[in-house]
Amino acid sequence: MRREGSPFQGLGAVALKELADNLSSARMMVLELLIVLTALAALYGAIDSLRQNTAEDPFLLLRLFTVDRAPLPSFVAILGFLIPLMAIGLGFDAINSEHNRRTLSRILAQPIYRDALLMGKFLAGLATLAVSLAALWLMVIGLGLIFLGVPPGGEEIARSLAFLVIAVFYAGVWLSLAMLLSVVFRSPATAALVALGIWLFLTVLWPMLAPALAQVIAPPDPRYAMLGLDTPDTAIWAQTLARLSPNHLFGEAMLAVLSPTTRSLGPVFLDQLRGAVMGAPLPLGQSLLIAWPQTVSLIAGTIILFVAGYIVFQRQEVRA
Amino acid sequence: MSSADNNDVKTSDNIVIAAQGLTKSYDGVRVVDAINFDIARGEVFGLLGPNGAGKTTTILMMLGLTEISSGKVSVLGHDPARSPLRVKRKVGYLPDSVGFYDYLTASENLAYTAKLMGLRSAERTHRIAAALARVRLSDVADKRVATFSRGMRQRLGLAEIIVKQADIAILDEPTSGLDPQATLEFLNLIEELKAEGITILLSSHLLDQVQRVCDRVALFQSGRIVLMGAVADLARQVLGAGFVVEVEAEGTGLARRLATIPGVTNVEAVAADRFRMTAERDVRADAACAVVGANGSLRRLSVDEPSLEAIYARYFQDQIAPSGAARHAA
Repeated sequence: MRREGSPFQGLGAVALKELADNLSSARMMVLELLIVLTALAALYGAIDSLRQNTAEDPFLLLRLFTVDRAPLPSFVAILGFLIPLMAIGLGFDAINSEHNRRTLSRILAQPIYRDALLMGKFLAGLATLAVSLAALWLMVIGLGLIFLGVPPGGEEIARSLAFLVIAVFYAGVWLSLAMLLSVVFRSPATAALVALGIWLFLTVLWPMLAPALAQVIAPPDPRYAMLGLDTPDTAIWAQTLARLSPNHLFGEAMLAVLSPTTRSLGPVFLDQLRGAVMGAPLPLGQSLLIAWPQTVSLIAGTIILFVAGYIVFQRQEVRA
Repeated sequence: MSSADNNDVKTSDNIVIAAQGLTKSYDGVRVVDAINFDIARGEVFGLLGPNGAGKTTTILMMLGLTEISSGKVSVLGHDPARSPLRVKRKVGYLPDSVGFYDYLTASENLAYTAKLMGLRSAERTHRIAAALARVRLSDVADKRVATFSRGMRQRLGLAEIIVKQADIAILDEPTSGLDPQATLEFLNLIEELKAEGITILLSSHLLDQVQRVCDRVALFQSGRIVLMGAVADLARQVLGAGFVVEVEAEGTGLARRLATIPGVTNVEAVAADRFRMTAERDVRADAACAVVGANGSLRRLSVDEPSLEAIYARYFQDQIAPSGAARHAA
C-alpha cells in the first residue's frame, strides 16, 4: 500500500526544533566543555612536543592532530574516545523521552509521518555533532597558526577536512546506536546504560578480545613465532575482528588521512613495498583510497543502525 | 447495535466518521471487536466505557496511528490507513494526559505543532494568539509549560486543536484528573466548540460529564459497543422509561388523567396530593395541562431526566444477573 504525501513533511520543523534544543541543553554544554578542555590539554602537549622535536615537517599542522605527549593522548585519540560519549548523550533519550513526556501521540497526530520525527531528530543530532566538531577543527587550526606560526598548506587543510567528515560519520554510528536504544527501551536510563556498556565494550574490551579470538580461530604457526613474526592468518583475523569496533575503524581512517606516510592499514607484504619510497608521503587521493573502506564501513554502520531503529519505531505502538 | 439503527437523524452526506466492522487484535486478542458507528457533522459523540475497554485504540485507528486488523473506518471521507496526512490535517487530537515540552513556553509549544501543520509564520502567530485567548491562556502565553496546572495543560491542548481549525476534535479523557472548576471550564469550552459546528468525539468514563455535552453515546464493553444512541433512547431501551416527573397538585381524578398522557408508563400516588409519573419523555407540559383541565391547582412540577449513570448501572446489572443466576442454579 502506497502512502499519501511525503514522508519528509515536517522534517525541517522537527530538525530545527531539535537542533535548538540540543545546542541550548545543559547536557550538551557540559559535554562540549569537557571535550574542549580535554582537547586543549592534548593540543598544548602536541604543540609543546612539536616545538621541541620538529625541525622541518611539511605537514606540521596535521601533526597537531596526531602527536601525543605522555601522559596525554593525541587530539585524535581523545576524540575517538569522546565523540561516542557526545553522540550517546544526544541520542539515548530521543524517542523514549517523547513517550515519557506523553508528547509522542500529540506530535504524531499532526500531519507528519513517523519518518519525519525520527529522521529530524537524527539529522539534528548529527548537525549538532558536526557543529561541535567543526568548532574543534577551527580551534586546532587557529591554535596551530598562533603557536606554531606556520600557515597550513592546501593539502593539510584538505586532509584535516577529510578528518572532520570522517569524524562526523563516526559520530553518526554512535548516534544511530543511541537512537535505536532510545526506541527499544522506554527508560532513558536503561538506554543510556546499555549504550555506554556497548561503547566501553567496543572501545576498551574488544581491542583486547579480538586478538585472543583470532588466535582461537586461526592458531599461530610456531614457525612464524620462532622468527618473531605474526602468523599472517592470525594477524588478518585479528584485524578483521578488531574492525568490528567503530573506534578501530575511526583510528585506522585517521591514521591514513592524517599521516600521509601511511601506505597500508593491514599487514604489509614484501611485494607491496616493491618500488616504494619509504617515508615519502602519499598524495591525498591515495590516502583517501586507503581510508575509504573504513569510511564506508562507518557510513554503512550508521545506516544499518538507523534503519534498525526506523523499523522498530514504525512497528511500535504510539500510545504512551 | 448496528449503525443502521442510528441513521434516523443522519444522512450519508453529513456523516464525518463511519466505522464498519472495525477490529484491532494484539496477539490474537481482539481489543476492539467489529464495531460499527457513524458520527454526523456537528455532533458531540461520547465513547463511554471502563479503562481498557478499547476506546483509545479506536481513536488511534481513526487517526491512522495504529494499524487496523480488519474492517474499515472513514474520517471525512478518507481512509486513515491510506491517507493519514489528509485525516490529520482536519482532525485535532487531545490525548489522555496530554504532554508538552515543559522547557518551552505555551506559545512555543503551539508554534512547533503549528509548523508541523505547515502553517506560515504570519498565519501561525495570528492563530496562536487567537487560540490562546479563546482558552483563556493569553496571560501565560510566554510562561514555560512546566509551571502549568493540569487544567491549563488540557486547555493548551484544546488551543492546539483551535490553531489547527479542525473539523473534528477527538478528546480522550479530557477532564480526568481535573478539579471541579477546571472541569467546568473545560466542558464550557467543549460546548463553545460544539456551537461552532465542530464535530466532537469525547472519550470518557465520567458519565455525568458525557451526558452534559454529548448528543449521542456509545457504551464500550470488552472492545464491543454494547449500547449506542441518545441518552433518552438508551433510557427507554434499558430502563423502560427514563423520565420521572413529580406533580404536586390538588384536584379530583388526577391520577387517572395523568395516566392518559401519551408516553406515560406509570403513575404512582405518593401522597394524596403528590404523584410520581414515569414517562418516556419530558411530560411536564402535558401534566400541567391535565391538572388545569381537571380544574385542579398545580403547586409544583419537577422532572428527573434519565441519568447515564442509572442506564450504565442497570445495563451491567442486567448483564451480570442472568449469569449469576445460572451459576447459582448450577
